[in-house]
Amino acid sequence: MTEPILSARGLNKSFGPVHVLHDVDFDVYPGEVTALVGDNGAGKSTLVKCFAGINSIDTGTITFEGEPVTISDPRAASALGIEFVYQDLALADNLDITQNMFLGREISRMRAFLADGEMERKARETLASLSVRTVSSVRQQVANLSGGQRQTVAIAKAVLWNSKVVFLDEPTAALGVAQTRQVLDLVRRLADQGRGVVLISHNMNDVMEVADRVAALFLGRVAAEVQKTDTSTTQIVELITSGRTGDLGLTAATANEVM
Amino acid sequence: MSTETPAPASSPSLDKPERAGEFSLDVEERSIVGAFHDWVTRLRTGDPGALPSVVGLVVLGIIFMQVSSAFLTRYNIGNLPGQGVYIAVIAMGLVFVLLLGEIDLSAGTAGGMCAALAAVAIFDGDLSNGLPTFMYWSLVVGLAIGVGLAVWVKAWSASVVIALGFLLVVTNLTQHLELALLAAICIGTAIGVLNGVLVAKVGIPSFVVTLALFLAWQGVLQFALAGRPVNTSNYDFWHNLTYGTLSPTQSWIFTLVVVLGFLAFTLTEALRAKAAHLTHDAISLVLLRGGLIALVGIVLTILANQNRNPNERSTLVIQGIPTAAVIALVLMIACTLALKRTTWGRHLYATGGNAEAARRAGIDVVHMKVTAFALCSSFGAMGGILLASSQSSASLDLGSGNVLLFSVAAAVIGGTSLFGGRGKPRDAILGALVIVIIPNGLGLKPSLGAQWQQVITGIVLLLAAAIDAVSRRRARRS
Ligand SMILES: Nc1ncnc2c1ncn2[C@@H]1O[C@H](COP(=O)(O)OP(=O)(O)O)[C@@H](O)[C@H]1O
Ligand SMILES: [Mg+2]
Repeated sequence: MTEPILSARGLNKSFGPVHVLHDVDFDVYPGEVTALVGDNGAGKSTLVKCFAGINSIDTGTITFEGEPVTISDPRAASALGIEFVYQDLALADNLDITQNMFLGREISRMRAFLADGEMERKARETLASLSVRTVSSVRQQVANLSGGQRQTVAIAKAVLWNSKVVFLDEPTAALGVAQTRQVLDLVRRLADQGRGVVLISHNMNDVMEVADRVAALFLGRVAAEVQKTDTSTTQIVELITSGRTGDLGLTAATANEVM
Repeated sequence: MSTETPAPASSPSLDKPERAGEFSLDVEERSIVGAFHDWVTRLRTGDPGALPSVVGLVVLGIIFMQVSSAFLTRYNIGNLPGQGVYIAVIAMGLVFVLLLGEIDLSAGTAGGMCAALAAVAIFDGDLSNGLPTFMYWSLVVGLAIGVGLAVWVKAWSASVVIALGFLLVVTNLTQHLELALLAAICIGTAIGVLNGVLVAKVGIPSFVVTLALFLAWQGVLQFALAGRPVNTSNYDFWHNLTYGTLSPTQSWIFTLVVVLGFLAFTLTEALRAKAAHLTHDAISLVLLRGGLIALVGIVLTILANQNRNPNERSTLVIQGIPTAAVIALVLMIACTLALKRTTWGRHLYATGGNAEAARRAGIDVVHMKVTAFALCSSFGAMGGILLASSQSSASLDLGSGNVLLFSVAAAVIGGTSLFGGRGKPRDAILGALVIVIIPNGLGLKPSLGAQWQQVITGIVLLLAAAIDAVSRRRARRS
């Protein structure tokens, strides 16, 4: 089996008296989509923010490509090649697709003058490499795009910088059927191109469709990490709601104790 | 079809979505037809650009031509830049702040106060003589603090400008007119940094910060002038900022530099992009656009270089491009380049469009806000200097009254949004022309009282806002 590209061991995180993450172990494998599932408040976003450098971790280690790393701020994460697509996409409506994709990392001459032509070309190359067919011009203002197109732009922005790991927080939550389809295809393609992909989702159909591996968080603990082929929707739902299913998941004692 | 997309080789029988995937709308070379098409698309997607203000100017021009035959004379038109340049310059500064969705109500009175300080300095020898001791030292300390604040938010250029102002004030170089005016602009920068820090670091809404300072600076100005307005028409350089003209030769040089500069800039850009196989405007489009600008520039220069003194018996010759027009144009070009071609400008638009997105993209939003406010107040100071020039006096109410409101109106009439994210320096110029053409036209017919000015300006502003709202709603529906 391949080695994980990004992994966490024994992560603990508290906000004051609230102990949110308990000894969390989590792995991301290159070329695979890992679904991170869990009920509201289970700690999914908190865990993601630990990788993003937004939350500091109390104890535990993070290793990236086999090396222990400290991710102290968002820039450190992107320097490693870890990118995040947050639920509120954070695109500037008044800028066009290219300008959004390069926001904050513009290609410039003499560190001040924009090289718009080069950025346009790179934006187009990136979208083409993801086989995006829904965008007809990289000069379109983001204000005029549909929800699916916006999601596409946000994802393309994340992979523009040869990222090795991409976290996606509920990328299909606000989309219709056809657009969900397109975004899921895109998520799959990210992994097929060798990236490690983490998909946070509430939607079991999405999870069963694109994930290779499912990690279920239950009240801040990893209830189970399973191959999708070894599990079923029913089992995952049980892991989410009670932390255990059959002989999978937390021991009865732990599950009851934390309830 | 574009040649630079590395999409897999495609068969000629592509269906529609396949083509879209290869950016069917992104042609490598934008032709004249393509540029026209883009313009129509922008109009239809709710960005009317300069169209409303240009139409407004034409309509007002036609009306005033009926009101008085003196309106469309070279003498009268030649006076417009001098009468309106202060509004154009203050409005141009406001565009930076409006782009962020913020407002600076104090730009007018702050600018008036800065100009008054310059007036005091040259009238009384220098600032340490002209100002009450307490005020002089407050100014010195204030400038030093301004440098500190600017450094704190990493606004390096602002800190250099304020430090220059500090040096001019403490070395009493403000006794020289030009240096006094320069110091006034530097003081404006310091005021802007203060606004920016109060808004972005302390977190007070800009409306409140600048409303408070709008009031405060009026009082400070009165302390500075100590009840004596200063006549600025005694100082040639100051007076000529709005009453002077370039000589005919200088006018031609100016026009040539602007026109050829524009042509050379756009042409090299297109050629370089073409060589690198990047999207670019067709050479024919570049030449057509440059040619049109050259034509307008040459015609205007020919007209400006004829004697426009309406008094046939007078020996006074009035000819050449008005200095005020040169000031407005040069500032507009500089601001446009800064906003459209630099990372700073891109970040300003992004911050105005979605501050959270900008923050997550690693943009220092506080820095952006402080620099925008600093520019706004610096332009306010220039506007105050120009206003004092055109009314021939650094008066006790310099920059108060309607000055700021007219400037905001100019930016909005020109097409700048009050909600942030949309606006151009050009808007300030076009809007200021609309604002100033109204009292100018009415003034030619003394039987029409001054009360008409406010009524008509108000209606024009409402119309501009309505056009903006309607075009945006249509854009959302389409
Ligand atoms: N900044 C914070 N301060 C205090 N508590 C927090 C903070 N962020 C998250 N929490 C708590 O941590 C728990 C997990 O939240 P979160 O990670 O957002 O869950 P999920 O994303 O799985 O819905 C919740 O109980 C939440 O209240
Ligand atoms: Mg969450």
